[in-house]
Amino acid sequence: MSIIADDISYTYNTGTPAESAALRGVSLTVERGEWVSIVGHTGSGKSTLAQHLNLLLTPQSGAISIDGVEVKPGSKRSREFRRRVGLVFQYPETQFFAETVRAEIEFAPSNWGSRGDVLKERVDEAVSSSGLDPLLLDKNPFTLSGGQRRRVAIASVIAMKPDYLVLDEPTAGLDATGIKELTQLLGKLRNAGLAVVQVTHDLRSALSLSDKILVLENGSCVVYGSPELVAEYLVDNPVRGLVIPPVVRFVSGLREKGIDIPLNSGLGEIIKSIEVFKGRL
Amino acid sequence: MEQNPIFSIRTAAFSYPGAEKPALDGVNLEIGQGEWLALVGANGSGKSTLAKICNALLTPTQGACFVMGLDSSVESNISSIRQSVALVFQNPEDQIVASIVEEDVAFGPENLGIPSDEIKKRVDRALSLTGLESYRRRGSYSLSGGQKQRLALAGALALEPKALLLDESTSMLDPEGRDSFLACLGELNNQGMTIVQITHRMEEAVQAGRIVVMASGRVVWDGLPTEFFDGEYLRWSFEEPPEIALYRELLTRSLVPPGTRPRVEELLSALCL
Amino acid sequence: MRFMSSLSIGQFIPGESFIHRLDPRCKIIATIILMTGLFMASGIPDFALWICLLVIFSTLSGIKLTTILRSGRPVLFLVLITVVLNLFWTPGSPLVRLGPLSVTREGLIVASSMGLRLLFLVIFAGILMMTTSPMAFSDGLERLMSPMAVLRFPTSEMAMMMTIALRFIPTLFEETDRILKAQISRGADFESGGLMRRARSFIPILVPLFVLVFQRAENLAVAMESRCYVPGAPRTRMNPLRWSGRDSSALACLSVFVLFAIFCDRYVFKIYLTWFAAQ
Repeated sequence: MSIIADDISYTYNTGTPAESAALRGVSLTVERGEWVSIVGHTGSGKSTLAQHLNLLLTPQSGAISIDGVEVKPGSKRSREFRRRVGLVFQYPETQFFAETVRAEIEFAPSNWGSRGDVLKERVDEAVSSSGLDPLLLDKNPFTLSGGQRRRVAIASVIAMKPDYLVLDEPTAGLDATGIKELTQLLGKLRNAGLAVVQVTHDLRSALSLSDKILVLENGSCVVYGSPELVAEYLVDNPVRGLVIPPVVRFVSGLREKGIDIPLNSGLGEIIKSIEVFKGRL
Repeated sequence: MEQNPIFSIRTAAFSYPGAEKPALDGVNLEIGQGEWLALVGANGSGKSTLAKICNALLTPTQGACFVMGLDSSVESNISSIRQSVALVFQNPEDQIVASIVEEDVAFGPENLGIPSDEIKKRVDRALSLTGLESYRRRGSYSLSGGQKQRLALAGALALEPKALLLDESTSMLDPEGRDSFLACLGELNNQGMTIVQITHRMEEAVQAGRIVVMASGRVVWDGLPTEFFDGEYLRWSFEEPPEIALYRELLTRSLVPPGTRPRVEELLSALCL
Repeated sequence: MRFMSSLSIGQFIPGESFIHRLDPRCKIIATIILMTGLFMASGIPDFALWICLLVIFSTLSGIKLTTILRSGRPVLFLVLITVVLNLFWTPGSPLVRLGPLSVTREGLIVASSMGLRLLFLVIFAGILMMTTSPMAFSDGLERLMSPMAVLRFPTSEMAMMMTIALRFIPTLFEETDRILKAQISRGADFESGGLMRRARSFIPILVPLFVLVFQRAENLAVAMESRCYVPGAPRTRMNPLRWSGRDSSALACLSVFVLFAIFCDRYVFKIYLTWFAAQ
């Protein structure tokens, strides 16, 4: 069970002076239960790719298939597929319109025809799996804190029971505590069998959280694979707009001095190998 | 030589109308000329309120705020305070008034009633300090996020301030934009500009010369970055970036000498491998 | 799907051409003269002259003719309605019958002239907006309205409002696009159901948009205040408006052209029209 994007390309404003290629032949596979990060600079095409996964955009060449079925433009099933791939936009709390948190979360499932007890069940499930306090359900979403609002936005997408969850910069604008809590929540959802696709420009979080990373630059795939592979590649081949995390830079500096350790090493390994090298151990 | 502080905040308190708890609760803070101060704290700790007080957008309900010796509660001081202290906000979209880059930079000086030749000079200077000269006739909407924020900075610089207040000004930027913005600040600080940088990103506080921590409307810690990153900040329940954890570990095991700053190149050379 | 393209609205295209450098007051007056001309000379043959003028403007502004014509696109639908209404509802001698409706010769003339007139009105206004920065435009308008300031009409505040409104148009289009997409990905459906249901389905778009606009407005007000803006206080300008000989001669040339068009309409093309009506 997976989403497969096969060699997709997309150009905005075709035939006008503002024509700009956003994706050039990008391929990606997302399995359920996997955490995939799409990283790149602003304008690298990462948000465009995310909108393809949710079928908001149709590739101008190449194909998207979901759970083994190729999605054709205008297909009757595209609505059903859109439900299976939930998309959480950047700053999702700016799309709130309802007077209560409950009504906000009910919006998506009721659009897919859930009514009465089923709807209530969907809301309750979404609330519990997103770690939201049920007491907040009758509050006005505009009165909540930043972290809580982000959670409500995610719950409002989870409520349609997607199998894949695509999030565009999910931690943008949150403070340290908010980021930590959100990361834990996404980890929990992934462990429950949901695929998490995170669009981000933060290489550090991508390297520490993902199973797979796709790096985009100007719409093309630069490197795609495990965090180890991506870290090795990026240290030698800088990509526009991506900052190598300081710890990775530090380790790469150690390697230049002759300490042989993997780039993605943890704190313990790093300290140990320095001490071994210095002959203290 | 004794210099006048740029900001002198004396037991300042502030409550928003209708709020239960005060946003500021007796803040004492002096910020000298040429300092780069990072003001850190969780959301709701009173950082932004303090910034607005320093810009005379708010007046303390108790205590006082003096900017370059001028009392901010005196109506006739407000204009000169806002000229000497410029504020850059979080979202560049909310600060850009005009559709063309140079016209936006000129907005501040035009409000001051300065003659047009002088405005032109100021706009030229602000654009070159922020590296936007080649964009001066471009539409502000066509800039990238980082460029937009540098435009907002240029708009602030055109007021020729003595100090810059940056309220989470990098939080909406990508790493590329953030780096170019911070590089710009570094350059300004070298030229003597006082910088008060409000941030919840630890990594950015590394660049500052002094760190002030706020919690529930009070200043709870004030000191040097080296002291701060050597474990102090953990008391204020901030998320610890891995590079800072590494830094502390290197210090506690005396792999690097005390006083080394938490920057990759400095640490690598201090290791003496 | 890009639901809204910010390109479709007449927007400033920065440049250094002859028309770009004209005083905005000159361009505003010129546009008014052109609009008056369009109303006084809107026979079908007159449009040959107006098209010539478009070509001249295109050369003088360095903006491609296709881009200039595209600025008429937003009103195309309105033009179409005008044409259809006039085509069928103008009494006169019928040319073609379609059931109970008939197209009359007079209808044909009135419809095409009305449609073209509307289109050209918008295109001429478009050229003004494409060659004048919003700031210069509102400065120009402020100066032209300045006699009204004597009557305590807040001209400078009005001008500032206009500058900001124009500045935020592209932003608002972008935001609307984003909200629309976000709601569609949550299953919003704008196409099915009766009129009431469809109208209701726009609430999830409109509410977030209003919230956003109010937040933006509040933040912008604070930012402007911190940049020393005081409503109504005197301001200076980086580029003060200067009326030069170029502006006077441009206006003079244009006036001659418009008078010529009106003259042609009254005396030269009349002959053609009488001939067409007689057939």
